Amino acid sequence: MITTDVLVIGAGPTALFAVQQLGIIGLKAEVVDNLDKVGGQCRELYPDKPIYDIPAIPVCTGETLTKNLMKQIEPFNTNFHLSERVEQLVKEGTKWKITTNKKKIFVAPNIIIAGGVGSFEPRKFPLKEAEKFEKNSVFYSIRDKKYFDKKKICIFGGGDSALDWSIELSKNSKVVLVHRRPEFRGTPKNVEIVKKLEKDGKIEIETPYQINSIEGDNQIKVITIKDDNGKIKKIDTDYILGFFGLIMKLGPIAEWGLNLDKKHIPVNTENFQTNKEGIFAIGDICTYPGKLKLILSGFHEGALAARGCFKLARPNEKYRFEFTTTSKNIHERLGKKQT
Amino acid sequence: MAKITYIEHTNKEHIVEVPNNITVMEGAVQNNIPGIDADCGGSMACATCHVYVDKKWFNKLEKKDEGEEDMLDMAYQPNKFSRLSCQLLVSNELDGLIVRMPSKQS
Ligand SMILES: Cc1cc2nc3c(=O)[nH]c(=O)nc-3n(C[C@H](O)[C@H](O)[C@H](O)COP(=O)(O)OP(=O)(O)OC[C@H]3O[C@@H](n4cnc5c(N)ncnc54)[C@H](O)[C@@H]3O)c2cc1C
Ligand code: FES
Repeated sequence: MITTDVLVIGAGPTALFAVQQLGIIGLKAEVVDNLDKVGGQCRELYPDKPIYDIPAIPVCTGETLTKNLMKQIEPFNTNFHLSERVEQLVKEGTKWKITTNKKKIFVAPNIIIAGGVGSFEPRKFPLKEAEKFEKNSVFYSIRDKKYFDKKKICIFGGGDSALDWSIELSKNSKVVLVHRRPEFRGTPKNVEIVKKLEKDGKIEIETPYQINSIEGDNQIKVITIKDDNGKIKKIDTDYILGFFGLIMKLGPIAEWGLNLDKKHIPVNTENFQTNKEGIFAIGDICTYPGKLKLILSGFHEGALAARGCFKLARPNEKYRFEFTTTSKNIHERLGKKQT
Repeated sequence: MAKITYIEHTNKEHIVEVPNNITVMEGAVQNNIPGIDADCGGSMACATCHVYVDKKWFNKLEKKDEGEEDMLDMAYQPNKFSRLSCQLLVSNELDGLIVRMPSKQS
């Protein structure tokens, strides 16, 4: 069990700056994100694209913004719990008890939800039957590639994950790569390698096809794929792998008894508290009249939510407003020498 | 201004007048038409605004750029009439447009 002043859900830009704001007022935070990296949408959806509307930074990429935010919170030695999704939230006395999908438990008087549009999760096959095989023969990521040795594998997708794994797994297994159109969006180099492997008879490529059906008892035996004109092909396979990118799913957040307005959490703009005391929402996930889904707005929201957390985290102290330029307390927290 | 027909996968029709220079996606969202999620708010990063454009209309629309086709790879059950509605800008020429929503967006 981990106790802390504030549990932050999400590690997008809004969350990272909120950690900074918590840090300078002397509150300790723990951060959980379902992605395997920090940065939220900036890092996952547009790492190389330029952002032009961060104040005082004429231009920077999603990647650089994330890196700089991380640098700014270095002094606080914040723990990040990545590849972990917050599932459950219950009140215990005056505190919240939070449980993740890996059964990690946090206890904190405050929670800041900076969950964006939800947690990033793999997009799945559009067939209901696929779910039933997720335990042993339908996969959306690969943990141990040995599991696939000497098997028949069907890989779906047109991006680099699909191509990388087709190249890798074709070394020891029979791979069929299926994609909805003849063009692949992976890097030209990957596309070239895959095309060469096809020519050498090491990989089969089936385009333009999409999954149509899955059959088998405990394990997949046969699938069919279909093109736009309804032409169907049958493929014997042991496993199918889908690489369709990630999607944001509100998921568990919807079940915590918070007011919701079309996937967004209404907040009070004085401190960004939700309808539950000690639960705050900031960034893309919160809504209020005039809300703009901008990183800039998320930063402001985090600053106010951090002050909102102070009351419950330090019930016997009074919050004092101070500037980072001149406050000795803040300099100490930042590990800066007094001048 | 264009009159646009949005048809849910259950065949329920919504006919609305959509002003010029907003997108077909925004037209749906502003009129509370279900079936278009638009999680990324139109930045072509989510593919949850996917629609099937009526056959008669498909070739009349401006061609999709490469980024849109890449994003459609991630859409739920795309076909050759698939478009991302956040990339379709409304103008008088779109008067009468018909789009159908998939059974879900993810
Ligand atoms: C293509 C594109 C371009 C953009 N350009 C700009 C721009 O130029 N300027 C600008 O200001 N904004 C821009 N934005 C918007 C900006 O990226 C978002 O406003 C910003 O990322 C929101 O930050 P956030 O921290 O609120 O959420 P996010 O960045 O969405 O991060 C939320 C994080 O929370 C995690 N999470 C959610 N639920 C859980 C859970 N239950 N457990 C664990 N983790 C969870 C998610 O995995 C995710 O990593 C753009 C967005 C896109 C898609
Ligand atoms: S709204 Fe996200 S891609 Fe169109």
